[in-house]
Amino acid sequence: MEEETHEVVGHGADAAVTHGGEVVGHGADAAHGSAGIPQLDFSTFPNQIFWLLIALIAIYYVLSRVALPRIAAVLAERQGTITNDLAAAEELKLKAQEAETSYNKALADARSEAQRIAAEAKAEIQSELDAAIAEADQEIAAKSAESETRIGEIRASAMTNVETVAKETAEAIVTAFGGTPDQAAVDQAVDARLKGGAA
Amino acid sequence: MGSSTDSGNGAGKFALIAALVVLVLAVLFTGPETPTLSIHPMDQFAVTPLFGDGDIAWYTPTNVTLWMLVAVVGVILLLVVGSRGRAVVPSRAQSVAELAYGFVHKMLEDVAGKEGLKFFPYVMTLFMFIVVANMVGLIPAAFTTTSHIAVTAVLALAVFLTVTIVGFVKNGAKFLELFWVSSAPLVLRPVLAFIEVISYFVRPVSHSIRLAGNLMAGHAVMKVFAGFAAALGVASFLPILAIVAMYALELLVAFIQAYVFTILTCVYLKDALHPSH
Repeated sequence: MEEETHEVVGHGADAAVTHGGEVVGHGADAAHGSAGIPQLDFSTFPNQIFWLLIALIAIYYVLSRVALPRIAAVLAERQGTITNDLAAAEELKLKAQEAETSYNKALADARSEAQRIAAEAKAEIQSELDAAIAEADQEIAAKSAESETRIGEIRASAMTNVETVAKETAEAIVTAFGGTPDQAAVDQAVDARLKGGAA
Repeated sequence: MGSSTDSGNGAGKFALIAALVVLVLAVLFTGPETPTLSIHPMDQFAVTPLFGDGDIAWYTPTNVTLWMLVAVVGVILLLVVGSRGRAVVPSRAQSVAELAYGFVHKMLEDVAGKEGLKFFPYVMTLFMFIVVANMVGLIPAAFTTTSHIAVTAVLALAVFLTVTIVGFVKNGAKFLELFWVSSAPLVLRPVLAFIEVISYFVRPVSHSIRLAGNLMAGHAVMKVFAGFAAALGVASFLPILAIVAMYALELLVAFIQAYVFTILTCVYLKDALHPSH
């Protein structure tokens, strides 16, 4: 305790001495430092200024030659990448829209083509149908005409047969009654009769 | 789901309580038996040679050299090594590098316009140096280079000289219109010009002292609390908790001061490029 107090007193005395020293011999007490403000010790100024200038020049050199161009390049590259990506996205969007338009157009084309083909097929079928119907009509007309002729023929031959049968019958009847049939008279009579019958 | 959340909370509480217990025990066993109040908050700012104990010449490697080297290496790790993948989908480190790039780039473009982008490497150098130096300065036992007025004054003077030279080279005598407020009544203009000139020359002063002062004050306050912690014995966990809170605030300050320095640089550059009001 005794010694501690002594040291405090001694220190105070030391401080007082350095303080006095500062008043007399300005700046010589820098190493002690406990008295006065080190910031106002002008003897250290050249040293501080010299090393500060070295430090500033070093930092300026490194920044302007290496760090700042590099960071600027990185930032520019990032900006460029973002811009490119946005442009690519925009382009892809346009392409998608284009694809949609062309898809819709193709769809409409296909639809109209299908309609055209259907109409064509329909028309073709219709014309074929018309032709077939006409042919069939023609055939039917031909067949019915032929049938009519044949019916006429049949009728005519039937009439001839009837005449022959009538003449032969008349001759036979005449013969049966014991007469001699006069061929010409019988024929005339039968003809007259048939005509009369017909009339 | 609910049970896992509960157990997570329980584990968190347990960890917190355990940490406090360890803190108290550590203070009990390792703390000074006879607490003394010896606070030297400014010792941490002393510039000392790295090797030996001689005088400090302009070329002597000092703790300034060491911690500026750390800051330069930090910037290179973040911006060069972090972005070496050049991936379109970035890694975590590359994201942070791109975030820093975009942050400063947008700030410069918004404030100073397209013409201001010529100065992008310059402004980026200032921002990265200040923010990394502030952050590594928060490592316990580190030396904070940006808490020294010599450092911030050089930074601010560099901005001041750049703005003034660019202003005159680009605009010639028209750069002086910056001080001649044409929208004010004619009688007021000389008065305003006087005020504008003074404020123009005060710029580098406020620009540099704002940064150095903020960092110096924060670090000194933390050192003062640390001194209390050494002196209070068992109750020292209170100042330690306060240091934890201060540390969070200082992290915020470290970033905000770098931001403020950079945006003011952008504003001054705008004045140089478009001087008319």
